[in-house]
Amino acid sequence: MSNTRPTSAEALDNLISQKVATLPPSGIRKFFDLLSSIEDVISLGIGEPDFVTPWHIREAGIYSLEKGYTMYTSNSGMPGLRQELARYLELHYGVTYHPEHEILITAGSSEGLDLVLRAIINPGDEVIIPDPCYVAYPADITLAGGMPIPVPTNEKNNFVVRATDIEARVTKKTKAILVGYPANPTGAVMSKKEADAIAELSKKHDLLIISDEIYARLIYGVEHICFPSLPGMKKRTILISGFSKSHAMTGWRIGYVAADRRFIQALTKIHQYTLLCAPTMTQMAAIEALKSGEPDVESMVQEYNRRRRFMVNRLNKIGLPCFEPKGAFFAFPSIKATGMNSEEFAEKLLLEEKVAVVPGTAFGSCGEGFVRCCYATSLPNIEEALRRMDRFLRKSNLRPK
Amino acid sequence: MKEIFEILEQNARATPEQISTMVDKPVSEVKKTIKQAEKDGTILKYKAIINWPKLEEEDIWALIEVRITPQRGVGFDAIAERIYQFPEVYSAYLVSGTYDLSILVRGKNMQEISSFVAEKLAPLEQVQSTVTHFLLKRYKEYGETFNVPKETNRRLPITP
Ligand SMILES: Cc1ncc(COP(=O)(O)O)c(C=O)c1O
Repeated sequence: MSNTRPTSAEALDNLISQKVATLPPSGIRKFFDLLSSIEDVISLGIGEPDFVTPWHIREAGIYSLEKGYTMYTSNSGMPGLRQELARYLELHYGVTYHPEHEILITAGSSEGLDLVLRAIINPGDEVIIPDPCYVAYPADITLAGGMPIPVPTNEKNNFVVRATDIEARVTKKTKAILVGYPANPTGAVMSKKEADAIAELSKKHDLLIISDEIYARLIYGVEHICFPSLPGMKKRTILISGFSKSHAMTGWRIGYVAADRRFIQALTKIHQYTLLCAPTMTQMAAIEALKSGEPDVESMVQEYNRRRRFMVNRLNKIGLPCFEPKGAFFAFPSIKATGMNSEEFAEKLLLEEKVAVVPGTAFGSCGEGFVRCCYATSLPNIEEALRRMDRFLRKSNLRPK
Repeated sequence: MKEIFEILEQNARATPEQISTMVDKPVSEVKKTIKQAEKDGTILKYKAIINWPKLEEEDIWALIEVRITPQRGVGFDAIAERIYQFPEVYSAYLVSGTYDLSILVRGKNMQEISSFVAEKLAPLEQVQSTVTHFLLKRYKEYGETFNVPKETNRRLPITP
């Protein structure tokens, strides 16, 4: 039999859809490859908690396996989990969702985001996103057939999208505004005033709000504004969140979407054909997390807060000015005074001092001039990383005058 | 205030400067709080937790249950003090249940511990009985686990 398959790289590319072939690779991925070749790196480039999932939650997962809970659950997730979740959302944010019809359990908030975008986007629809933002937003919008429309943010507006800047980009094709505060990569939080203005705008132009609130619990000294809790916003907001950050459960793949019934029905249609259900063991662990994980969340937040103050203070001291990030576990210092661009800075710092940070440009063009430093790592690590960064700036005579 | 002690309890070597940035209070205030706490006994001492088994120089430890007769007026405290003053006693607790004092005793060898029980502890007038449990292995102390290889690098070096 002769092999008639095309062999040249170009021909092979034809087997990949245009949409995927032209999708730019994640800026983070590029760095990952460089990093793997170097030893003894202190990484401030990780976007997940350094805590292991609290033991009682892990134990609940083990128990579910022991008891043989190895089957599918209902598509929308275990009723007990949805009930606990409804209670949790009411308790923390004062927003009421019906556990039967208004909550869908997903495999991570990542799945939730993908479902939402696929469920609402018609080809060519535009979705407004902040720039910089989490790497998956523009990619997922594109994959769903939509057009990501970035709205620049900067230090002046504390990296929070302004309603006026959004309005300037609203067209007939605008379908939704996708926001995610507290934010990855900046650590920015949205104030009530800013959220209110965006809420008004969404009503005026009849737009949906997709709110990724995965970092809602990691917030320091301010109150989290839960978008659907704003007056009149529940019916036009799709809330996406999960347990990855709040309960240190990234590897379990569990999250949820809460929204008006008609959205949940639409999402469930896709979910039932693509995922069937979130992992059962994980759902049982999540029930335990909701029932008795509060002290863990509080002590992790307290620990993050200490590290946050420490890192921000030191960054400012060594000459990398950094606005105060009030949420998530990221600091986003400016490196403009060094004269380097973000990628050069990150690459040089990695090669010369073995400290990994993520160039701001991985999160959008407005990330130029900044790097993302994650403080979800031990204090000694943060201290040593900053010592090396200080040396790096001094050695290269880069310290801003 | 409380947070300063929580930080020191985790890491006694945290400097006032470090603590000050972590709790967002002036260094002078942190220093003052620590000084005061050292003076009034809120902070008793700074110690290291040594993993002795790693040095293969482990002492012998025993957990001893002691039943005692309380004394009029002073309850258990007077006799407890007579017991915990012995340098062999590493920790001492008054507990509820079928016995009264739970003491942790440290010795160079089994001989040393049994003679402590036979010659010093048991003969005390208020001591009714003792049950000695020799420790076979220590797994965890003061929230720190022994002999568990610390897997620190479970995470990928860069994630979104
Ligand atoms: C802003 C943001 N949204 C969503 C996610 C994905 O979280 P999950 O583990 O729930 O899929 C992340 C993870 O880094 C994130 O930073």
